[in-house]
Formats: sequence, C-alpha cells, structure tokens
Amino acid sequence: MADQNTSRGAISIRNVTKIYDPDGVNVMAVDDCSLEIPAGEVCMIVGPSGCGKTTLLNAIAGFHSITEGEIYLDGQLLCGPSKPKAEQGADRMVVFQHGALFPWKTLGENVAYGPIVQGVMSKAEAHEKAEHMLAEAGIGDVAHKYPGEVSSGMARRSEIVRALINDPKVLLLDEPYRAMDALTKSIMHESLLEVYDKTKVTIFFITHDLEEAIFLGDKVVVMTTRPATLKKTVDVKIPRPRDYQTLTTEEFRVLVEETKEAVHEEAKKAFDAGERELA
Amino acid sequence: MTDAVQSKSISSVSKKKSKLEKMLTNKSLWRGVVALIGAIIFWEVCSQSKVWFGVEIPWIGKVPPPTEVIAAWQKILHYTGYWESWYLSTGRVFAGFTIAMIIGIPFGLLLAVNRYFRDVFFPPFEILRPIPPLAWVPASIIFWPTTEMSIAFVTFLGAFFTIVINVLGGARSIDVQYLRAAQSMGANQWDLFWKVILPGTLPSIWTGAAVGMGITWEVVLASEMISGGGQQGGGGLGFFIWSSYMGGTVAQVIVGMISIGIAGYLSSSFIRYLGVITMPWRRLF
Repeated sequence: MADQNTSRGAISIRNVTKIYDPDGVNVMAVDDCSLEIPAGEVCMIVGPSGCGKTTLLNAIAGFHSITEGEIYLDGQLLCGPSKPKAEQGADRMVVFQHGALFPWKTLGENVAYGPIVQGVMSKAEAHEKAEHMLAEAGIGDVAHKYPGEVSSGMARRSEIVRALINDPKVLLLDEPYRAMDALTKSIMHESLLEVYDKTKVTIFFITHDLEEAIFLGDKVVVMTTRPATLKKTVDVKIPRPRDYQTLTTEEFRVLVEETKEAVHEEAKKAFDAGERELA
Repeated sequence: MTDAVQSKSISSVSKKKSKLEKMLTNKSLWRGVVALIGAIIFWEVCSQSKVWFGVEIPWIGKVPPPTEVIAAWQKILHYTGYWESWYLSTGRVFAGFTIAMIIGIPFGLLLAVNRYFRDVFFPPFEILRPIPPLAWVPASIIFWPTTEMSIAFVTFLGAFFTIVINVLGGARSIDVQYLRAAQSMGANQWDLFWKVILPGTLPSIWTGAAVGMGITWEVVLASEMISGGGQQGGGGLGFFIWSSYMGGTVAQVIVGMISIGIAGYLSSSFIRYLGVITMPWRRLF
C-alpha cells in the first residue's frame, strides 16, 4: 500500500465550464466552477441528481473534455484550453457507481490487472501483491472468486483495492455505496476510513447521502442544481480517526443539518425544473 | 468465522452425493423422461388407432408408429450407408461452422472496434445478410467447381451472418465503464482488445455459435436434398431422407429426421460445453 504521503494529489479546479452539445442543443452541465482540494483531503461532493457532479469527476478522470477553465493535479495541467480532455492515468483511479470489476476475472486477477498492463510488475508479483492487499482488506479468502460470486460489499471493497494497488494520487468515487443497505454501508465506511488513515490518498467522493458525506469528509461541497456551481462548502473539523460514535455527537448533527438545508433548497429547485440526470 | 465453518460443513455434506445419485434424484430429468415416454405412447396410439380402434386420426394416423420406426432403425443400423450419411452431414456442418467462426469472430470484432472498417464493410454485409442461405444454392453451384464445395459454402453462410451479428452486438454493448476502468489502469489498445473486449464478447460469441449451429444443420440438410447423391459429393442425412422418401419407406424418413434431431442436440451440447469451459465466470449462473 502507498506510504503515507500528503504532499501529492492536490486538485485545483479553476473556472471550469462544461457544455454538452447533443444534436446542437447546448446543455450547460457545469458553470464556472472553482474548487481547491488540498493533497490528502477527503472532499465530498453533494448536490441534486443531474447537477453535474459526475461531469466534474469525468473531467478529472479524463473521460470527458471540458469547455472552459483548467484542472490541475499537483500543479500540472490535466486539462485546459490547450487540451480540453485530460489523459487517463493510473494516478487518478475511479470507483464507479455500478461497479466495474471485470466479471471474467477473479477478484485477485482484477486487482492484479493494473500493475500487469502497466508492466511495473511481473504476473506473479502482481498476483502476490493483489492477494496480500485483499487479505489486508479482510477479503483474502475470496480472492479466487469471480465478482458475480461475492456480495456487493466485497465487490466494492475489491474495487477500491484494485484502485489502490496502482498507488494513485487521487481516488475518484462516484456514489460507490449508493445501492447498499445501511448495514453494509456502515462496514464499507469503516473500511474506507481505514484505507484513508493508512494511505492519506486524496479522495473526491460523490454522494447523495449527507450523513455519509459528513462522516467521511474533511470538506463537504454542496453544488447547485444544473448548471453546477459551488453553493456552499462545509468544513468538517471532526477529528480523525473517526468511528461510529461520531454519528451520535452534537457536532455531527449540527453539520448534517447545515448541509441538509443547503442541499434541500437545490433539490427543490431541481425537482421543480424536472431535471433529468446527465451522464 | 462460525458461518464459514457452517458453510464448509454444508458443502462437504452435499459433496457426499455422487454425481450419478444427483442425476437420478434430479426431478427435472425425470419430468423430461416421463414427457418423452408419454409422447412416444401418444404417437403409437394415434398411429395405430385405425388398426386398434378402427378410426384413423388425421395427419398423425398417416405417420408410421414408433415401433415400426424403431424396427426400421434396427435394420439400417448395420448399413454403412446410414453411418456414412451421419459422417458426411456432421463433417459438412462442422467444416462450415468452423470456417464461419474463424472468419466471423474477427470480422465481427473488427466491425465493432474500427469505425472505418464498419463504414466500409457494414453496408454490404447488411445487404447480403437478409438473403436466406438456401437462396445462395444456385449461385454457389455455378460458382464452386464441386457439389461438396457448394454445400460447404452455403453451410458457411448459414452460420457466418448470425455469428457476425452477435459478435458485433456483443462487443458494442460492453459496458463503457469496463473500458474506462481498463484505460485508467494503463491498458493500451492491445490489452483492451484481448483482456476486455474479447472476454466481454464471449457470451455473445457462444450465443451466436449456438444459433449458427442450428442454422448450419438446417442449411446442410436442405442443400443435401437439393444436391442429390452424385459422384462429386452429395449424400448425407438430407439425401438419406430424400432417397427414403423417393423409395417410399416413410419409417426410414422418420429415422432420418430423428437422427438429425439427435445430431443437432449433440452439436448444441458441444457448443454449450465449449461455452462453459471458456467462460468459467458464467458457471455460477
């Protein structure tokens, strides 16, 4: 696993605008959005459905281009006017909303995939490391199973391990625990916090769950309804390491209320406008 | 921990049942056997109704009863000609089918991954695809020097279009997130093709193969009937049926039909088996 390193993974989003142009109909998904995420910070993004959160994540990951503005990673330009689409790279690993473990590979093979295709490890080394990392995450005994054979919680945990084996600067998580029940979710939260405490990797985490946002984040960014721009930033100063006792504190409750108010306003606007989710 | 121990002990108990025991206690199997026996009895009674009850049941009353068919079958089991028909038809089916797979899979994948290739080859492919394979028979007789080659070509066409369209559809419907994930992890185009697109398309490849196999049997039989049993090829189960019909031995016609059923079933089982061994992750479904 990566060494504790807080000097890398700083994301700087500067005046980013994204206009989708399907069939000549301009749809502005993100409007002049600026956001600084210091290295090693857990930044939680909340906002109404279809507001453009994923658009921002896709731009950082290099899946989509941006129309205006710049995005930097550790001072290096990822995308901007000179190259609207960032190159995809193992320094920014994405964990997808519906999961993207290859169904035709076992969990161990999935995790070992990155180092093998990058040529940084031999097959044997990669598999050994994969098994070791899965064991560390508490799922070593299912390393030989296919994703279809394990629970969604195990699959999602493996996916995070698959991202971490590449030693990324940034983890981009797009509502990874959306479809999970509350119990599984709480286990996933603990395991992610554990990973974070060990690696201090920068995390860009999109969610609809405000309690999740406050519990995991250093900062919660509330986005407006489409076109997305920053509405409010809530600093979460609850000390780490956090555990489930945190959820019952007064400080936690106040922060949830504060965020809820901001999100509710935007959600209502989005609902009234009948917004549809954008890719 | 206790859960793990429990599940282990459960699995070891279920492993104690032998495969044969499992098969014999399988309700689905017995339902199938009973249905089959029921159908044969129904057929026998209906076919014999004129003799037994003095009333001929329309259509099925004209069909020889199973006892007569079995007797005819027993008689021809010793004929090399019958087995030669099996051999010829199976050979043709697998030759046409294998060539269709060898050409069809890369062709379908290329259509899926390369826009230029698709722009050039997809329109002519789509014009040729709706033409039924049997409509190619006269053209292929003119085009190919021997009957055998004409049959092989028509058989190939039967499977080719189905395989290509399935491979193309399968490869195009691979979830974009798999491709994105692979690219993020550093996969180049080569890795993407071999490690993501190909395994992601395998289920569609085997679906196409199963459908294609069915079509090749249909096509090969029909083209054998048309080609006859000349010097340059011919023969096969299709010709066997046709010649039995011309000779007036209806029981033998039915023997030929059931033989094709069995051959088709064995071929499909073979394709399913290939699917299972090449897609271990699908065994759990």
